[in-house]
Amino acid sequence: MTWIWSNLDLIWDRTFDHLILSVPSIILSFVIALPFGWLAYRYRSSRAVILTTVGLLYAIPSLPLFIVLPFIVGTSIRSPLNLIIALTLYGVALMVRVVADGLGSVDRDVRQSATAVGFSGWSSFWRVELPLAGPVLLAGLRVVAVSTVSLATVGAVIGAQSLGSLFTDGFQRGIEAEIIVGIVATVLLALALDAALVLLGRLLMPWTRRSAIGVTARPAPVIREVAA
Amino acid sequence: MIEFHSVTKRFPDGTIAVDDFSLVVPSHKTTVFVGTSGSGKTTLLRMINRMVDPTSGSIDIDGADIGTLEPVKLRRSIGYVMQNSGLLPHRKVVDNVATVPMLRGMPRKKAREQALALLDTVGLDRSLAERYPSQLSGGQQQRVGVARGLAVNPNILLMDEPFGAVDPIVRAELQQELLRLQRELGKTVVFVTHDIDEAFLLGDQVVILRTGGKVAQVGSPAQILANPIDDFVSTFVGAERGKRSLHVENHGNGNIVVDETGRLAGVLVASQSTAATASGSESRAGPRGPGASVQGGDSR
Ligand SMILES: Nc1ncnc2c1ncn2[C@@H]1O[C@H](COP(=O)(O)OP(=O)(O)OP(=O)(O)O)[C@@H](O)[C@H]1O
Ligand SMILES: [Mg+2]
Repeated sequence: MTWIWSNLDLIWDRTFDHLILSVPSIILSFVIALPFGWLAYRYRSSRAVILTTVGLLYAIPSLPLFIVLPFIVGTSIRSPLNLIIALTLYGVALMVRVVADGLGSVDRDVRQSATAVGFSGWSSFWRVELPLAGPVLLAGLRVVAVSTVSLATVGAVIGAQSLGSLFTDGFQRGIEAEIIVGIVATVLLALALDAALVLLGRLLMPWTRRSAIGVTARPAPVIREVAA
Repeated sequence: MIEFHSVTKRFPDGTIAVDDFSLVVPSHKTTVFVGTSGSGKTTLLRMINRMVDPTSGSIDIDGADIGTLEPVKLRRSIGYVMQNSGLLPHRKVVDNVATVPMLRGMPRKKAREQALALLDTVGLDRSLAERYPSQLSGGQQQRVGVARGLAVNPNILLMDEPFGAVDPIVRAELQQELLRLQRELGKTVVFVTHDIDEAFLLGDQVVILRTGGKVAQVGSPAQILANPIDDFVSTFVGAERGKRSLHVENHGNGNIVVDETGRLAGVLVASQSTAATASGSESRAGPRGPGASVQGGDSR
């Protein structure tokens, strides 16, 4: 306990480092996965190729990737950028399939009626298909967020600062409290990001909060909101 | 006026959905496509707004070949109502109705105001405007669907089995509502159904289709009933089974119209007693019989 109180600054700094690694990776994975997921969803012929390729990405062991990547992209091995790229690759590997499935989950009637009333392909994607794929995308993004936060700790082994540094350092110097703090803080950070995503989902997708009701049921939004 | 000129649609898998179809759909009237499942009704309808392009033949709207028009722009000028309403589940009722005017560049505020007025037109309470579609009953959703179809004040309204998924009482209500709207607005309505009663009730012109998108018969309900062109048509319209041959029974207080099976079909109103001997009027007695004319008032 005393270790925690005397090292609050350090814990906070590592948490911040960890966020700098994870948040951009999560956002980038989503953004990059969108066009590939869309391709896989839209063109049957490309689906198998794209999904298999990104699936293989996930099979690359993380430590070697962290070490090899600098030679490929020319970053320094300890640079956060190196890690962000690697984490993004893993995120993309998970997210592409999610995007393809999410777009595929949109009701065919709704899609057709959007076309019928005059949405162009482009506006239908952004204003109809993507929002309606939202719940599936959110579920996928939550997995990506948690896995990115936990993967980011591995960077500590090659010297990239994160909450993982607390347990590598704790091991080396035999400080048990530091190890435990490193683990607990990583879990808490993952939970916090997950909660933030859930909250974001509620803000961006208000219709999912109320639409659980059957067609004939008389809605009583006030009560439900309290319950939810 | 919509004209089909020898239109054929063959899907990539070889299915011939529509075969050498020609028809004139007159303006300001309701034309109903009726036929069994797979007879090409939806395909025909979707060729009018270019969701499906014909393999051969052409379609003109007011003399212009729609093949030369930009599909998205064309669709924004034609109302479309489908089964299960096809509303956007993530948009509130009012936004669903305002969608197409906004796509056409109308400012949001104006589009929403106009959407509220349209809810009145289709007999929906404005208090429903801020709900999501899933919070409405099936019948209410269909009314929103109709409101959305009318939102750009289109000349043409395409309706694909719009009342197919609601219960018979609500369906009868919606049918009457459509007849009222049509009297007021006089759109060129193309309506698809597989319910022959609905076709005869709503249609000025009825097109009976057989499988493969072939026309079996075109005409007014009266013409088709009086002269079904072949066995297929007479079976389809139920004339053969005597379902449509009505006769009058006197029951003291008034004349009751009864069908062949002894089922009550309606009451003969005195001033129409002479006209009722013509088969055309008889044809209309069925759908307006006591079962179908139940009115729910304006409660929805
Ligand atoms: N995209 C498509 N690809 C291949 N075949 C299709 C396609 N759309 C429709 N068809 C076929 O074309 C035929 C006509 O279909 P259509 O949907 O027009 O029928 P329908 O009269 O509307 O039927 P229903 O009453 O069931 O709605 C059917 O045999 C159908 O299987
Ligand atoms: Mg159909």
